[in-house]
Amino acid sequence: MPFGNTHNQLKMNYSAAQEYPDLSKHNNHMAKVLTEELYAQLREKATPSGFTLDDVIQTGIDNPGHPFIMTVGCVAGDEETYEVFKELLDPVIEDRHGGYKPSDKHKTDLNPDHLKGGDDLDPDYVLSSRVRTGRSIRGFCLPPHCSRGERRAVEDLAVEGLGSLDGDLKGKYYALKNMTDEEQQQLIDDHFLFDKPVSPLLLASGMARDWPDARGIWHNDNKTFLVWVNEEDHLRVISMQKGGNMKEVFNRFCTGLTKIESLFKDKGHEFMWNEHLGYVLTCPSNLGTGLRAGVHVKLPCVSKHEKFGEILKRLRLQKRGTGGVDTAAVGGVFDISNADRLGFSEVDLVQMVVDGVKLLVEMEKRLEKGQSIDDLMPAQK
Amino acid sequence: MASTFTRVLSRKKTVGILSLVGAGSLMTGYLINKDKVHASAQSSRRRYPASAEYPDLRKHNNCMASHLTPAIYAELIDKATPNGFTLDQCIQTGVDNPGHPFIKTVGMVAGDEESYQVFAELFNPVIKERHNGYDPQIMRHPTDLDASKIRSGVFDERYVLSSRVRTGRSIRGLALPPACTRAERREVERVVADALSGLKEDLLGRYYSLTEMTEKEQQQLIDDHFLFDKPVSPLLTCSGMARDWPDARGIWHNNEKTFLVWVNEEDHTRVISMEKGGNMKRVFERFCKGLKEVERLIKEKGWEFMWNERLGYVLTCPSNLGTGLRAGVHISLPRLSKDPRFPKILDNLRLQKRGTGGVDTAAVGSTFDISNLDRLGKSEVELVQTVIDGVNYLVECEKRLEKGQDIKIPPPLSQIK
Repeated sequence: MPFGNTHNQLKMNYSAAQEYPDLSKHNNHMAKVLTEELYAQLREKATPSGFTLDDVIQTGIDNPGHPFIMTVGCVAGDEETYEVFKELLDPVIEDRHGGYKPSDKHKTDLNPDHLKGGDDLDPDYVLSSRVRTGRSIRGFCLPPHCSRGERRAVEDLAVEGLGSLDGDLKGKYYALKNMTDEEQQQLIDDHFLFDKPVSPLLLASGMARDWPDARGIWHNDNKTFLVWVNEEDHLRVISMQKGGNMKEVFNRFCTGLTKIESLFKDKGHEFMWNEHLGYVLTCPSNLGTGLRAGVHVKLPCVSKHEKFGEILKRLRLQKRGTGGVDTAAVGGVFDISNADRLGFSEVDLVQMVVDGVKLLVEMEKRLEKGQSIDDLMPAQK
Repeated sequence: MASTFTRVLSRKKTVGILSLVGAGSLMTGYLINKDKVHASAQSSRRRYPASAEYPDLRKHNNCMASHLTPAIYAELIDKATPNGFTLDQCIQTGVDNPGHPFIKTVGMVAGDEESYQVFAELFNPVIKERHNGYDPQIMRHPTDLDASKIRSGVFDERYVLSSRVRTGRSIRGLALPPACTRAERREVERVVADALSGLKEDLLGRYYSLTEMTEKEQQQLIDDHFLFDKPVSPLLTCSGMARDWPDARGIWHNNEKTFLVWVNEEDHTRVISMEKGGNMKRVFERFCKGLKEVERLIKEKGWEFMWNERLGYVLTCPSNLGTGLRAGVHISLPRLSKDPRFPKILDNLRLQKRGTGGVDTAAVGSTFDISNLDRLGKSEVELVQTVIDGVNYLVECEKRLEKGQDIKIPPPLSQIK
């Protein structure tokens, strides 16, 4: 967060020991990695745009974490953060992304033809399908660090790019600060509207500054393709629809993203991407694909099975309540999505969801009939 | 690296330079080092013109928004205090909190003592609006902590349940809560706790650091109504003063529980003198004695409080400049509070009412927190006397109403205009 004297060199008047944060009660990825020695080594550095180590870690200091949930505890202020502070971020990334090493290469695959199946998930069980990711525009600072001018420039570029989409992707932009009450209500009813963040994890990083300036929502007329501008990342891109046709959702996702990318390139802008980290986003947890593909699926029997947790783990899936992260399931309906983000391509991850959900629905049908599911137990992916 | 001037600021020896009165010397010091200290946008940061960065304040209702024109913004945007604090950092809280149609918040904070000079073009009109026309460019603020000047000041305890005086003090040379680094904040804690440990007799007491307190100590402090929480108000959190909580925060109080100091909450220190009952004179005597003792003890170690004759005691929020003093009572006024003339009476006496939970709370039953409205332009003695005279008048009114007699709205006290 670009606050005060942690954001400049004045702290160098004090020793590293005097400035080193008290992390004794902390339980997040940053706290596990940031020793006093590492702090001393990195604290004088800043990215070319002026983001410092203290800016990276402020959210992790202010939010000690939870005994059960391991949060990341650091954010990037620009693309260079991941390079300048790699002695901190590489181990955090490795720990968070299942052993992903600094020398590993990430595969990007947005060709929907590579997905096998996915168009036949049983709609009696699979109520809706959704794929989301994020994109950052190269050369602009990220939400924790950007100035108002930069954030507005990102909005302008996004609106211009999205305004050129046509066909079933043709749509409209709703700026948060200009929205009418009627528009606002419609967006709430469609479950599209995002609020000013309240989570201290986000607020402490500074990404909610100047709300709602330069924030907005774009969606196509069919309400199946949606882009959030300047929320937690420059852009969050979402493709969704009712029912179980994940293939169609992923098709639209890939088509839309590819079109948006080429529209940006026409104007001389590209997305932040490199072959080690894939797509670069604000939170290290969203690196790589930044992709979460998920369904809302009815699993009242399977979810009560003693091996439910184990099954999900082997399938590399995670469960959430239908309100999203941090919510509980209601009426046996779960949000099931991929657990990974980095080290697997987009096609890989959606394939895991498609195959995994298919299996879970099959298990549900067996258990409904009182039959065993032992022969269906998957191997660890 | 920090410039020589900047480095010098953080050592106590520099107090000589900074205690020169007036904006001129500080501005000179700033200008010498203008090249060395830039606002955060440096080197290869994307630069936009001031017009592209100017905040959208059309839906805002706070003092900052009322006075921050695009011209003033453009004028001040590339400046920074010697500590590197910028205009955008001062106003962030006001941008993030548009305000309320009925309550006009200040909407900006200082990151250090120099903020009030470097950004004077914005701070001055805000101060003038908030403090009834006080003009820092031409007026002088009187400081007077001589409690012997107080007349009367012992209230009828059938009405006045408790008496309290609070203020804040900042340690010169160390940045304020919105801007300070962890080490600076820890230094404030060290300097203050060290000084407080030198207090004796009825002021003898103990420091409880928020990070080290035991559960038992915590419960006791809650029961005594002494413990302060991590701020939740976005007015405060948006300014950055809650960073690194609870590092270097703590509470000191004397054994008698009548003198209390908060360390590194909204200001470097908040100093509170209080007791049950109506002896405001004694509360203020202890207040003055304690403050002077603490000042003497920090001076022994080469430190001093932020003060100048234009703004008085310098604190984080412009609303607390001058005396930073709020003297108040918890008072039961069942009849008067229902009289339609009550608000006007308070207004003319330069008093304000709050609920007994403090600012933003409602009164319970007919017990109110009544305190002075003003902070800057009048001395501590003047303000406490105003509260004493005012509360005496309110008690008189209540008694008259009890007897079925009529009451009068008093003539308005003089204000600064």
